[in-house]
Amino acid sequence: MHTAHIKPTLESWREEARTLLARGVPPDAVLWCQAGDEPSLFQAESFPSPAVDSPAPRVPAAFMDLARTLAAHADERRWGLLYRLLWRITHGGERALLSVPTDADVRLVEQWRKSVSREIHKMHAFVRFRLTGRDEATGREQFVAWFEPEHRIVRLAAPFFERRFAGMDWSILTPEECAHWDGERLHFTPGVPRSAAPSEDALEKLWRTYFKSIFNPARLKVKMMQQEMPKKYWKNLPEAPLIPELIAESGDRVRNMLATEELEVKPAPQNAYLESLRRKDNPEL
Amino acid sequence: MDLQRKLEILADAAKYDASCASSGAARKDSRGSRGVGSTGGVGICHSYAPDGRCISLLKILLTNACLYDCHYCINRRSSNVQRARFTPDEVVQLTLDFYKRNYIEGLFLSSGIVQSADHTMEQVIEVARKLREEHHFRGYIHLKTIPEASPALIERAGRFADRISLNIELPTQTGLTRLAPEKNLARTQEAMGHIRGKIEERLADKRKPDAPKPPPFATGQSTQMLVGADESTDADILQRADALYTGYRLRRVYYSGFSPIPEPSKVLPIKPPPLVREHRLYQGRLAAALLRFQVSEIVTPDAPHLDLALDPKLSWALRNRAQFPADINRAPREALLRVPGLGVRNVDRILAARRHCRLRLGDLLRLRVPMKKVLPFIITADHTPARLDLDGDTLRQRFLPPLQQMELSLDGPPPSAADNASVRTGEL
Repeated sequence: MHTAHIKPTLESWREEARTLLARGVPPDAVLWCQAGDEPSLFQAESFPSPAVDSPAPRVPAAFMDLARTLAAHADERRWGLLYRLLWRITHGGERALLSVPTDADVRLVEQWRKSVSREIHKMHAFVRFRLTGRDEATGREQFVAWFEPEHRIVRLAAPFFERRFAGMDWSILTPEECAHWDGERLHFTPGVPRSAAPSEDALEKLWRTYFKSIFNPARLKVKMMQQEMPKKYWKNLPEAPLIPELIAESGDRVRNMLATEELEVKPAPQNAYLESLRRKDNPEL
Repeated sequence: MDLQRKLEILADAAKYDASCASSGAARKDSRGSRGVGSTGGVGICHSYAPDGRCISLLKILLTNACLYDCHYCINRRSSNVQRARFTPDEVVQLTLDFYKRNYIEGLFLSSGIVQSADHTMEQVIEVARKLREEHHFRGYIHLKTIPEASPALIERAGRFADRISLNIELPTQTGLTRLAPEKNLARTQEAMGHIRGKIEERLADKRKPDAPKPPPFATGQSTQMLVGADESTDADILQRADALYTGYRLRRVYYSGFSPIPEPSKVLPIKPPPLVREHRLYQGRLAAALLRFQVSEIVTPDAPHLDLALDPKLSWALRNRAQFPADINRAPREALLRVPGLGVRNVDRILAARRHCRLRLGDLLRLRVPMKKVLPFIITADHTPARLDLDGDTLRQRFLPPLQQMELSLDGPPPSAADNASVRTGEL
């Protein structure tokens, strides 16, 4: 058994995978260990560096795309899974492996890729910026958000915020890594605790008013809401605390509507425009 | 009246519009500008209300005062609802403030009709103009337009908006005459035709080689049809939708179930919303759009309503059992698309996989195909359905949902378990 010690980055995995591949080490003989992990009980030899000097194996471009996304997944088995796919593609005679969607490894990797993409999408949706001030020199407004992503997606998700919020300064703080934009440069710093982020914004009151008013109590579909906005995100959404009371009140609100007496039709007011419509509809008038 | 109270009234007044899409806009973003905003990717739902609807846009009316008297609408002139009016600057500021905090993708602005269609359109357009020209806003803007407004104003709205819409409201003029006396089907369609012409004109200009980039124009139009307010059948609704999609190239026809409102009208007593029916209509439309069904296959003169208990594709399969079983390893794409339980994505996966090997049930299981649903309709390397399965009268029974316990409160919303699976109000 070989133990591959890597940093939890695609570059580190790629370097190690190249070495292993060049030495012809099959996937079931490698134990992948992220830096910081405890050494395994199956402690065995590691390869002496530097890596063997051999040409990098050629893989389909789709594989590298997949690997880039998968590297952000939180499950540490991703490194082993990626190496197994790589081995099958380069040494197992299955170059077209990625186009066999019924293969168990391809299926799993596809699910993990989807999980990462979904989390990136949810980060784009559920980050909530709070205004912290204005840069005196540039006059630019400054915003800070706190988010707790499930996977290591800050670098994958950040370019979206750069394109969208170019005209303001912003930081997105997370426990693992933080992203910052100052109008010139997108850069990253290590994670921080939640207490480093602001805890409110004056606009949130209006946002909650909107959330409350746009809700239609006659169409309650709580499951549907939770499917798209799972509870794990609620703690960082300023509107989420309203949800239980909106649900609880909805029955009475609908009963009240149904009990309301129906209104008579009021006569049309004198208005030239309404008059012109009536003439269009009935040319004889 | 303070801003908070105005927002309360004018968001409440806008919530019966089902549209919330923020996709399909031209690609643009804020890089290199002093403003904010980007569009052109997939739409993003920034929150969800407990009604399961996506909150993507700041959806408000400029004013809920209205000259019209549409009996299904809380804002009709006969309603006693409290009236309010935003100034254009208030809407502009609210949009920017919400946008910068990442609450929304942009603005969906509509309005009650005040003074005249043209006057109302001018006010709505002014908000969009300020956002685009004075604040360099590059986020999503959806403007509701009025069929009776002058074509020049509708065009101007299209220059600032990513999406414009006109509500058809009901599938027939008979329904409109009774429930929305100021509205007219022919006028609405005429305006849609005009918008279609403008959208296509711009596309053609864009494709001309060496020509300067034409000024921006909305990339699509949509509409909304009310379900359950009049006597229209599902066939009426689906056929009208089909005609709108093909005749005016609409991006989306929304179905909005007629839902109880405060201040109901004598002309149209309120009732619980037809949530399942709305869901089946979207499925029927999807079957037509993605699975290449004709509307006349889904709803027939004998059965002008969709089966509420089963999805339209399954209903069709049960009525057309002679077309099955389909061989997963041999059937053409069109035939696989008609197998209940197989969606477009899984059909494409099956087509890719069968180039490499003969598929067995285990393969379908790994693709998470709903086995109970597909088994009577397919052949695989290791499965052929029993003849009895396809011929038996019990086949329909097998697919009916288990009887649900009745909700205790009869006037509450109806049970919606069947509804939860794939309806995305608006976003399909």
